[in-house]
Amino acid sequence: MNALSAAAPSRAPRAAFGAILRNEARLVWRQPAGAIAAIGISTLILVVLGVLPVFKQPSSRLDGLTPFQIYIPILISFSIGILALVYLPGPLVSYRELGILRRLSVTPVPASWVLAAQLAVQACLMLIAVLIIFVVSVAFYGQHAPGNLGGFLLALVLSIAALFAIGLWIAAITRTSGAVRGISAVILYPLLFFSGLYYPMQLMPSVMLDISHFTPLGAVVQATVYPMFGEFPPTSPLLVLAAYALVFGFLARRFFRWE
Amino acid sequence: MSSPESAVEVTHLRKSYGSVVAVDDVSFSVAVGEIFGILGPNGAGKTTTAECVTGLREPDAGTIRLLGLDPRADGKQVHEIVGVQLQESAFQAKLRVGEILGMYRTFYRSPADTGELVDALGLAGKRHDYYRSLSGGQRQRLSVALALIGRPKIAVLDEMSAGLDPQGRREAWRLIEQVRDRGTTILLVTHFMEEAERLCDRIALIDEGRIIALDSPAGIVGRARGGKTVRFVPSGPFNSRVLTGLAEVTKVEHDGRDVVVTGTGELVNAVVLALHAAGVEARDVRLDEASLEDAFVRLTAEHEHDQGGQS
Repeated sequence: MNALSAAAPSRAPRAAFGAILRNEARLVWRQPAGAIAAIGISTLILVVLGVLPVFKQPSSRLDGLTPFQIYIPILISFSIGILALVYLPGPLVSYRELGILRRLSVTPVPASWVLAAQLAVQACLMLIAVLIIFVVSVAFYGQHAPGNLGGFLLALVLSIAALFAIGLWIAAITRTSGAVRGISAVILYPLLFFSGLYYPMQLMPSVMLDISHFTPLGAVVQATVYPMFGEFPPTSPLLVLAAYALVFGFLARRFFRWE
Repeated sequence: MSSPESAVEVTHLRKSYGSVVAVDDVSFSVAVGEIFGILGPNGAGKTTTAECVTGLREPDAGTIRLLGLDPRADGKQVHEIVGVQLQESAFQAKLRVGEILGMYRTFYRSPADTGELVDALGLAGKRHDYYRSLSGGQRQRLSVALALIGRPKIAVLDEMSAGLDPQGRREAWRLIEQVRDRGTTILLVTHFMEEAERLCDRIALIDEGRIIALDSPAGIVGRARGGKTVRFVPSGPFNSRVLTGLAEVTKVEHDGRDVVVTGTGELVNAVVLALHAAGVEARDVRLDEASLEDAFVRLTAEHEHDQGGQS
């Protein structure tokens, strides 16, 4: 490589990614439905559960945990799920529909940077949601921070990766903003059921719990509940999450269209 | 490799969608600093040509070079030096004009002055407005601004003045001329005659995917008409041979009181002088110079006729 070619690189300035990220963050701030759903609703449910005494009684049917404790990982999975499956593919599909991705593809900046910025912004919202869930339950409801922090963070990273992959796959197979809303809802609501959001899985026939372990949000609950009480997460939910991340990541990459 | 003085070099470009041939063996070359128009009816293949030039579409055959670079193989370098305004591109509803411009500005190494650009396009008062609150014309102007914000060596503008009112159109034209004067080569896709006539140094007239004429606006008009037409009322009778003998004249016809002379070059002078020498005065002299629009209609009709004859 000679001095001339080094002096004239064809890489876009790094400031460009910062500018894209800032604009995506502004959009989340100005259209806060996703943030409200993920952070506001989970906090609200947590507070409601926390004030009901019956949710603070340990139950043998819940492996000696209180219903409140059972709901902490469920609300984490709810926050990650709704952001990754609804509020990630929504903007991406509309950007493609509006020609925003196409317009970017004729600038020095790759259109994939706006996708990366979306992932970064949604991941931030997820982390804020998880943080608030813990701050509220530790500060007001006598809970502890995750006993096995390393295990918890590993579970969290795999959970986010798995759900992002599914969200990107939804964006890949959907053409219009109208369709993406429908598809996201059809996928999200059954997954929320199997996470135990409406009714804890442990209180259902055991076959339901078995199914739940193989669903993405059920696996998130399984992977995050153990490190909360000091244990390393069991292998099977981690493998389930990794498998979702790989398979749907591959499918998303294979079928995603920029225009 | 292309010669250094040509900014855009398109050779034997061909592109079909399924069985529909959109662009069929199109070749042209645009000199540095030129405003080159691609003019044609809807569906003629103008946009497809522009999309191939900007690297958005891969040609089925043919080569494209932008200052020697291949828009697909050398994509990144090409995008640094080529500014693009696409038809039907939109932006996020809840971003402000200034935020969109500011973001695109960071994409380029030595961007244009945003203030100057928004002033020239009449967007100065709109920098703090959300994109969704802009009118169609204002969105179009923003789109033109974004094509020019990287100080491109080549700007490809597809229906730049669509949705602009006459005032906005003139502002946009002035800006394009200024940008050209600073050395940017402009490839202008349009179906708007006045724009092509006013701005373009040369025009490629495209119909059904083929170039049917490539010349200066005046040249295309001349070719379509076979020249210009002078109409006058003679002060008295005269022998037609006075005029048919002139080199400039191709045809002399009578239309009621009017005499209609078709020809080329300095037709009016030649006709008036010859009549004067014959002792006849030409009154009410009118020069009909065909507009580009006439030429366009005539050339596309001829092209269609040729096609019909062949099949």
